[in-house]
Amino acid sequence: MTKQIVFALALLATIGVFAYTISRIARFFMLTRKGFKVDKLGKRLLVTLKVAFGQTKIFRRPVIGLLHALVFWGFCVILFGSIEMVIDGLFGIEKSLSFLGGFYNFMMAAGDIFALLVAISIIVFLIRRIFLHVKRFEGIEMKKISHIDANIALTIILVLMLSLMGMNAAYIKWAQLAGHNIHGIYPVSQHLTSLFDGISVDGVFTHYQVYWWIHILLIFIFANLLPYSKHFHVFMSIPNVFLSRLEPLGKLPNMDNVTREVKLMMNPETAFSAPAEEAPIERFGVKDAEDVVWKSYFDSLACTECGRCTSVCPANITGKKLSPRKVMMDLRARMKEKGPHMLKNGRDYNDGKSLVRDYISEEELWACTTCNACAQECPINIDHPKLIVEMRRYLVMEEGSAPGELKAMFNNIENNGAPWQYSPEDRLLWAKDLETKAL
Amino acid sequence: METRKIEIPVMADLFAKGEKPEYLFWVGCAGAYDDRYKKVAAAFAKILIHLNVSFAVLGKEETCTGDPARRAGNEMLFQMQALQNIELFKAYEIKKVITICPHCYNTFKNEYPDLGADFEVISYIDILNQYIDEGKIKLDTNKFKGTKITYHDPCYLGRANGIYEQPRKLLKKLGGELVEMERNRSFALCCGAGGAQMFKEAEKGNKEVFLERMEDVLKVEPEVIATACPFCMTMMTDGIKYKNQEEKMRNYDIAELIAESLNL
Ligand code: SF4
Ligand code: SF4
Repeated sequence: MTKQIVFALALLATIGVFAYTISRIARFFMLTRKGFKVDKLGKRLLVTLKVAFGQTKIFRRPVIGLLHALVFWGFCVILFGSIEMVIDGLFGIEKSLSFLGGFYNFMMAAGDIFALLVAISIIVFLIRRIFLHVKRFEGIEMKKISHIDANIALTIILVLMLSLMGMNAAYIKWAQLAGHNIHGIYPVSQHLTSLFDGISVDGVFTHYQVYWWIHILLIFIFANLLPYSKHFHVFMSIPNVFLSRLEPLGKLPNMDNVTREVKLMMNPETAFSAPAEEAPIERFGVKDAEDVVWKSYFDSLACTECGRCTSVCPANITGKKLSPRKVMMDLRARMKEKGPHMLKNGRDYNDGKSLVRDYISEEELWACTTCNACAQECPINIDHPKLIVEMRRYLVMEEGSAPGELKAMFNNIENNGAPWQYSPEDRLLWAKDLETKAL
Repeated sequence: METRKIEIPVMADLFAKGEKPEYLFWVGCAGAYDDRYKKVAAAFAKILIHLNVSFAVLGKEETCTGDPARRAGNEMLFQMQALQNIELFKAYEIKKVITICPHCYNTFKNEYPDLGADFEVISYIDILNQYIDEGKIKLDTNKFKGTKITYHDPCYLGRANGIYEQPRKLLKKLGGELVEMERNRSFALCCGAGGAQMFKEAEKGNKEVFLERMEDVLKVEPEVIATACPFCMTMMTDGIKYKNQEEKMRNYDIAELIAESLNL
């Protein structure tokens, strides 16, 4: 009974802390702007199955992709065992889901095998992070804390897998010694039972319990560390993929408030016929964290800092300041800094800083070619170019600031209908004196 | 060989005569004004005329789609251009538009509908493939026999709109040897000119993007770099010059290669 009470308390604390953390992060969404409507659920489900569960984006780098996919699939399978552990813990039973029979055997076997595969993958990841110099993991936005964060999480996952295997092995040994039926099949751990040779039934049971507690408590702790680390993506990435923009990557969202103004300009009569209701004055584009649409903020929370985006960015490759990963991390950091104050003092709160300039410089913003390599590469379908263009919109439309050549280009389009300074009269020069050989 | 003069039909003229062509051939600013790219516009027009396609251009009534303005953040200017174009298309009852520039293609196809546009947008790559499939284009496969061709994917056809295989299909039909660069299709590297970069100096870095791309090109040693975008063409042509490769390789648009193969 004590075990049940202790367990219930631990679970309650876990859920409580977790709920508190999530509600704190979630409240910042109230500060963001309306984005697209979430519809086409069928299509979204398909994208999620493909990109999240199929790990298609991850597989764009096949070798390291396979290792990550194994970890992901391992998590999905092992989750089943964790749920069982929670039920067992609360009700003081052993192997509560074993009534599922063949399916149970299958899930336990899969979880056991995956525990080993995940452990191996994690060891490779750790070696890679600690000993190999991977360019993708570097960059000005990657502070020492980002690396420590990654290594701690990897270590916890490793211990989780080892404790799972230990727990399974001890369980088998204990069941054998005590003459119980063994529920589930454990293709890997069954080879580890000799670890407990020469220990009494009770001793092995203690081992089993210790591993059990280590495993489940570590899950509880890990779940509560995640929201404070880049491994928050464990929770955020699947929903983020589900919320992907479904349109072609080349499409930029329309600014409807601009459409209203342009239509008015082109057809002044509508100015009188239109109802005189004042639309709330909105900022054009994105200057600060609260100007982004909710999805951009979601993106920034989901970002795993994997650096795939930055590693394919032509601007970054050629030594320019722009790093799409930094753009995401900056937004997240800025919201964390300003969000609490805005919640307390209202959306107008001003700390004299902003996302544009204090976090992301104009130089970074103007270096983007909108090539979409970053968005294509991102394993969880984060959309960087749209956010970058939104910040350009702020610079151009609110501040009238853009590199001189671009201002000249704007003038040319406005005056001559072309980005270059040529007369519209010359538009057909290419078609003059054309000849063809074929008759 | 004998040659024949050709006239490019202009929308306003046809309309005055009460004729309505099936397609609008949208030439784009580069096609109208860029000396190198004018040849691409001409090559594609020759193909259309050769195939007896019913089309016309807007001529001096054409204006910028607004794509570079939008990507540079000038949404106001973009929308003014777009609404103006949409009005004009409506006035001429234009239902189908063919583009040679991927930037025009993308904004027409994906972005104009938000502003009330209602016309079909066709990339020249698609219509060329269609005519080949229908057996209307008969290519002379001797012209490029043994020629090593590599294809540089424009971001706005490829990643932006998923058009990867169609241009390759055309190039294979030419009879040359198509070699792929290491970074190709969705992995392709940008030429460096999109997102309005075409109109400004690049930010400080340690290299120009087009030179990075040229290194990919040099590794496969092609005789022809095939492109399908005016910006890519400018950047690749510059790259050839910078790397002193004028003797060894040339840059052509796919439309030019097809026109050449048709002996136009
Ligand atoms: S769209 Fe911009 S940020 Fe993304 S890869 Fe291309 S240049 Fe880099
Ligand atoms: S934005 Fe996507 S690709 Fe870039 S670091 Fe974050 S998760 Fe990785």
